Amino acid sequence: MHLDALFGSFDNFLSYTTGGLVFGAIYALVALGYTMVYGVLQLINFAHSEVFMFGTFGMAWTFYFLHGSEPVTWSLGRAAPMLLASLVVAMAVSAGIALLLERVAYRPLINKNAPKLIALISAIGASFALAEAMGLRDRFASWVGLDDDLANYVSPEKARDVYSNPVTIQPHNLFDVGGYSITDVDLVVVLAAILMMVALDQFVRRTRFGRGIRATAQDPESAALMGVNSTRVVQMTFLIGGLMAGVAATLYMMKIGSTRQNAGFILGVKAFTAAVMGGIGNLRGALLGGLILGVMENWGSAVFGPNWKDVTAFVLLVLILLVRPSGLLGEALGKARA
Amino acid sequence: MSTSTQPPVGTWRNPLRAVGSWWDGVVDGYARQPLPVKALVVAVAIALAYALPLLRPPILTTNSIDFGGVMFRVAAFALIALGLNIVIGYAGLLDLGYVGFYAVGAYTTAVLTVYHGSWPFFLALPVAVVVTMISGVLLGAPTLRVRGDYLAIVTLGFGEIIRITVKNVGWLGSSAGIKDIPHPNNIGPDPVLPYDKGGLFAIPRLEWNGFTPSLDHDHATRFLIFGALDAVPYYWLILTALILVVIGDRLIKNSRVGRAWEATREDEDAAELMGVPTFKYKLMAFALGAAIGGLSGSFYASGQGGYISPDSFPLLLSMLFVAAVIVGGSGNRWGAIAGGAIVAYLPERFRDFADYRLLVFGLALTVLAVWRPEGLLPPRRARRAKQAEAEIEALEDGELEETTHG
Repeated sequence: MHLDALFGSFDNFLSYTTGGLVFGAIYALVALGYTMVYGVLQLINFAHSEVFMFGTFGMAWTFYFLHGSEPVTWSLGRAAPMLLASLVVAMAVSAGIALLLERVAYRPLINKNAPKLIALISAIGASFALAEAMGLRDRFASWVGLDDDLANYVSPEKARDVYSNPVTIQPHNLFDVGGYSITDVDLVVVLAAILMMVALDQFVRRTRFGRGIRATAQDPESAALMGVNSTRVVQMTFLIGGLMAGVAATLYMMKIGSTRQNAGFILGVKAFTAAVMGGIGNLRGALLGGLILGVMENWGSAVFGPNWKDVTAFVLLVLILLVRPSGLLGEALGKARA
Repeated sequence: MSTSTQPPVGTWRNPLRAVGSWWDGVVDGYARQPLPVKALVVAVAIALAYALPLLRPPILTTNSIDFGGVMFRVAAFALIALGLNIVIGYAGLLDLGYVGFYAVGAYTTAVLTVYHGSWPFFLALPVAVVVTMISGVLLGAPTLRVRGDYLAIVTLGFGEIIRITVKNVGWLGSSAGIKDIPHPNNIGPDPVLPYDKGGLFAIPRLEWNGFTPSLDHDHATRFLIFGALDAVPYYWLILTALILVVIGDRLIKNSRVGRAWEATREDEDAAELMGVPTFKYKLMAFALGAAIGGLSGSFYASGQGGYISPDSFPLLLSMLFVAAVIVGGSGNRWGAIAGGAIVAYLPERFRDFADYRLLVFGLALTVLAVWRPEGLLPPRRARRAKQAEAEIEALEDGELEETTHG
């Protein structure tokens, strides 16, 4: 135990907190995908981590396409136009994968009214298949004889290894909070995440589609009788989850700079933990859960050592669930009022 | 939703469904047999199961990896699936961290037999089972009050906590793991190398040349030597444990406890109202399931390799265990065993596809789930319910036709 590391000085405390908030924002965005699907279908969308993972690749691919493979270091401002383009691509890729997932792994089961658990298995299978497909992309490229043309995108000798963005984004310090320098990248990550959350929250609360989603979450049968197209609502839910995962993927790549075919798994587990912590099915809960999780695990790694970071996160989850069995804010996609 | 627009079951238009209904017919046919016939079938199946690694049937046998070792893995998975089936299938609790119990069993055995003690395996085994059971109670007591889907994530966290803990605690071998875990004690004279291979007697195995078998005396299995070369004795040991657990499982499922589990799973509030102490029974299922997972872990630790490390217990393994139970048919012990066997066997059999095997496995899992949502061997109760539903639907459709004609 190194309580000093965290509480020894107020500066340390602040720096761990702000560092945690940045990751928490990314967790929160991914958590949205879990929470939306759970709110509407009461299903754990296990393959959502792969939706995120594909987004990170979409982001890196865009940079390879627009910039080439030459490694450079740019400031955030210099990279901004490409970042915007990559954001669009990552969102499109993630949303596409999410829709594919809904069509292949979920819709047949929903139509059959299958037990919930089997949808989990179908999602686990899809998650394996997606992660492996990404890890084997060099083989697929060579099947169609494009491995030379696509070398940058499939990286033949290391399709399963770390895949880095050729453009390293150099953060610039804006101001210091405690000992931690808040960089422009951190600020963009947190602000973008919060902006997306607010936009989504308003979308679900105010638009016609949002009303449909809430109605289906509350009572699927009555909603269908009232003319809500439930298939469309489910599709929409996956689409939104995918778009948010795409944003999260872009922010993640801005901050970390590299990804790999199994990058989604642990992050997905964390994001799901965040969703449960805040109250699954609750959009604002996802934001709160994500931020708390990010901060707390950073504190945990300060006090107990970095190896115990994940343990802190899970123990915290258990403790919160014991005190508040349905999460911090309760589970309520359907109960949100317009 | 009416199914009358879909092609009738069993036509060439839907071969997958045809295979499914043929399989249901086989299961029904077995269920209709009188008791002696059933007993005969079971006895033959058990004998075949024991003989399988020696018979080495063509097609089924794995070429690129020792078949005995694969069979051990298959049996270990079947045992785990059986234990998890109590938790998921009987009591309806989704446990995504079952690998944690597997690890607790394995590590208890390793610590007792080599790392901090030198107990013989058969003494460490029951202790490992008890320790795992206690860990199940410790995890279950606070968390089982949490509702279903939350339990999934809490248990998932538990699996990770166990793995990270053993990785970071020197007393448990850290990330290097524990090696040289002693094998189970030999039965019969010990081998005196290089000439006397020990054991009471030797059983030769079959060697297949195409489809013509011949006896292979060079790779005979010594009865009963737990060495580093031959995995078959380990397989027999765990298969015996599996059969004993199946018997125990059968007894408890048909008892008051089994009925309480069923009631709790179907409607917890109603069960509680009828005076079933649901929490107590859920905890019991959790602990029993944990104990069986620990049993399998203990066998794994002292298996042929005699080595465990935190990397032997990744979170993904938990997913595979759950997949095994669900694919086989949650709530049916034979389904769970079949599911465990399939999940362990397929990736090994298709090792020739090497890099593609996980991809194929993932796709197979999704296809299986979509094709047979109720699992390969659904419990009889679920099938009866489905049948009744189909009958009612047929009746309704019939009525509809009559009214339109009349």
